[in-house]
Amino acid sequence: MIDENAMRDAGGSVAPLAVRSLAYAYGRKTALRGIDFTLRPARVTALLGPNGAGKTTLFSLITGLFDSHGGEIVIEGAALRKARSRALANLGIVFQAQTLDLDLTVDQNMRYFAALRGLTRRTARERIDRLLDAIGLQGQQRVKVRNLSGGQRRRVEVARALIDRPRLLLLDEPSTGLDIETRRWLIGQIHKLAHDEGICVLLATHLVDEVAADDDLIVLDEGKIVASGKVRDVVEAAHAASLDEAFTRLTGVGAEPR
Amino acid sequence: MRTGHAARAFLAILSRELLRFVQQKGRFFSALVRPLIWLLVFAAGFRAALGLSIIPPYKTYITYDVYVVPGLIGMIQLFAGMQNSLSMVYDREMGSMRVLLSTPLPRSYLIISRMLAGTAVSIVQVYAFVAVAALCGTAMPLTGLIVLLPVLVLTGMTLGALGMFLSSWIRQLENFAGVMNFLIFPMFFMSSALYPLWRIREGSVTVYEISRFNPFTYIVELIRFTLYLQVNWLALGIVVASFAVFGTAALIGYTPRRGGPTAGHGGPA
Repeated sequence: MIDENAMRDAGGSVAPLAVRSLAYAYGRKTALRGIDFTLRPARVTALLGPNGAGKTTLFSLITGLFDSHGGEIVIEGAALRKARSRALANLGIVFQAQTLDLDLTVDQNMRYFAALRGLTRRTARERIDRLLDAIGLQGQQRVKVRNLSGGQRRRVEVARALIDRPRLLLLDEPSTGLDIETRRWLIGQIHKLAHDEGICVLLATHLVDEVAADDDLIVLDEGKIVASGKVRDVVEAAHAASLDEAFTRLTGVGAEPR
Repeated sequence: MRTGHAARAFLAILSRELLRFVQQKGRFFSALVRPLIWLLVFAAGFRAALGLSIIPPYKTYITYDVYVVPGLIGMIQLFAGMQNSLSMVYDREMGSMRVLLSTPLPRSYLIISRMLAGTAVSIVQVYAFVAVAALCGTAMPLTGLIVLLPVLVLTGMTLGALGMFLSSWIRQLENFAGVMNFLIFPMFFMSSALYPLWRIREGSVTVYEISRFNPFTYIVELIRFTLYLQVNWLALGIVVASFAVFGTAALIGYTPRRGGPTAGHGGPA
């Protein structure tokens, strides 16, 4: 039984995401154990961990693709296990692997997703136009996704994740395969979204330089949380001079080159 | 589940499948040509060689091309079901399945919607085939073709559910050829699609017994009887039961508990 108060943040408001005692295993291999954290509204939380730490598994559990083997996930006050549809309705997701339909146009992909989320045609049209404008892809509606660059596809995926105005946005290593300029744009946009729109963002990454100084931070290693808190607190607790050094101390893995 | 949301999501899944089908012209062409080759080439040869006695639902002697049409309709739906299965495996590898299954609607509703969309595509193929077959001179009752529509939904869903169940276990596209060789072809050939069961028994009792236990035989017979405005209750019962079994297996195959196969890229991350 989960204590309802535990699903609230320090200010007493309903947490965008609360995870309690979460566990998962692939057969006998434990992927996640004892995962506990609560996210704050309108904040970017970086989920930092080396490859294989369990980040994608955690995202698969939060998005309901996998059933957890123990524990609880509560999104905006709705428990995923008991109220799946209500919980997922608050969620926007950008998966690590690209998930656009390559043979459909940008507009067809966006409209398909909008309809899956239950938006009316008119609402979808308005939001698609506005979002494509915001990501600089206006005029590309009729272009097949196959003909877009990797960076453009990623922009479309971010826009698509925002179409239903989620309270919680999950981004699983969204900068994978992107050039430096697009990576900077993306990370900047993510922080802008949290600040301007009040969206809570959980950003999974293995790149230390994608974590901003004022982000909240969760460090995941070998399926368990090894540190969490504000970036400065995590660095101090690890007796390190920088996040790079703290990351290496906490995980035994050298930070990726910038 | 809100009705408006559910309806919009279903229409989106349906229109995506139809759009992909229309875009893949080779798929439409092969779906049409495959049964037509059987009808125009295979049946032309058999017409002279194979005598058919009067068997229900036929009330008179019929030519072989008339006999084989329900079997070819079944074949179209069988291959469409497998195409749908292949498409599911592709979607899983390409990640589109994650988008669908993380939609805030009950998973069973999403899976059934996907089955229905695949069935709708197969029905378009069936009526395109029937139109060409009629133009080529094969006699078919028009009323029967209209009454056939709800039965095609049932048979299409049954074969779609089988395909979906298989797709939940096939981890890679490359494994699909094995399914074709070891399941689809035997299912088609060891049924009443091409020959009446009594004819098969004359040739091989073993094949006859297998054909009697093959659900595809009853799918074909249900189509055949409906086309001639008769109800084959045994076939209807077995098809409904098969749909229940395959449908349940497909839903179990796509439960989150199975994790990896559902979401693709299963394994530690």
